[in-house]
Amino acid sequence: MFELVAFYLFAFLTIGSFVTTVKTRQPLYALTSLAAGMIFISAFFFMLDADFMGVVQIVVYTGAVLALYAFGMMFFDSSSLIKEKQRPASTVFILGTMIALVIVSMLVAPIAADHFQGAYPPIEGEGNVENIGYILFTKYLVPFELAAVMLLTAMIAGIVLASKHMNLKESE
Amino acid sequence: MIGLSHYLILSVILFLIGMAGVMTRKNLLMLLFSTEIMLNAVNLGFVAISKFHHDLSGQMFSFFIIAIAASEVAVGLGLLIALYKRTGSLDLDSIAKMNG
Repeated sequence: MFELVAFYLFAFLTIGSFVTTVKTRQPLYALTSLAAGMIFISAFFFMLDADFMGVVQIVVYTGAVLALYAFGMMFFDSSSLIKEKQRPASTVFILGTMIALVIVSMLVAPIAADHFQGAYPPIEGEGNVENIGYILFTKYLVPFELAAVMLLTAMIAGIVLASKHMNLKESE
Repeated sequence: MIGLSHYLILSVILFLIGMAGVMTRKNLLMLLFSTEIMLNAVNLGFVAISKFHHDLSGQMFSFFIIAIAASEVAVGLGLLIALYKRTGSLDLDSIAKMNG
């Protein structure tokens, strides 16, 4: 009963804040409601006994990613509204048909793959964080290291791209 | 009782919201936000499958998706700042002059 109420409450809150993100005209409102939606998503992770993922969701997404967006928005004149134009009807029709086909196959795929055997079941009696640690540093060690290298590359790319001509105003 | 299909349907709804944002908006910042929404929807589906099928691979995939999303934001925002310095606008059509 408690889980039912929590699921529907957070489902409506998440959908509402993400719809606000997509529909609003002001980028600052979009950023704020996106942050709220990320926090609500982490509630689902806690309900699904994935404590580690819930904490990572709050720390990485709401803490790091949205703070990065907030700092990045200082570079833009976000008060200038961009005119949203309508595309021609044939483009909408073709895109809509293709996306409908993709979504139907996405929805049917879990039904077709019903007899599914878990490859790495969690160890009984251990907490979620311990289980994540065991599997991350045994089975997924190489992807973990590759993700670290990728994050380093992305950090360097971000610094180089954003800092180019950063001191143009002062030097002139 | 809440089952796997509840979570998967919620995940599809969130994914569709993000996809509608990508298809309708012209502001490049909004396109990045909508991409984040889609990545989050996929994360939710992975963690739900991980719980109901007793397999930790789903949580691992969602962990790596978060790492990819973080690097996507760093590179995407850097490119966006470079584009804004060049064109002075965040409009998606301002890139369209790049086609030969």
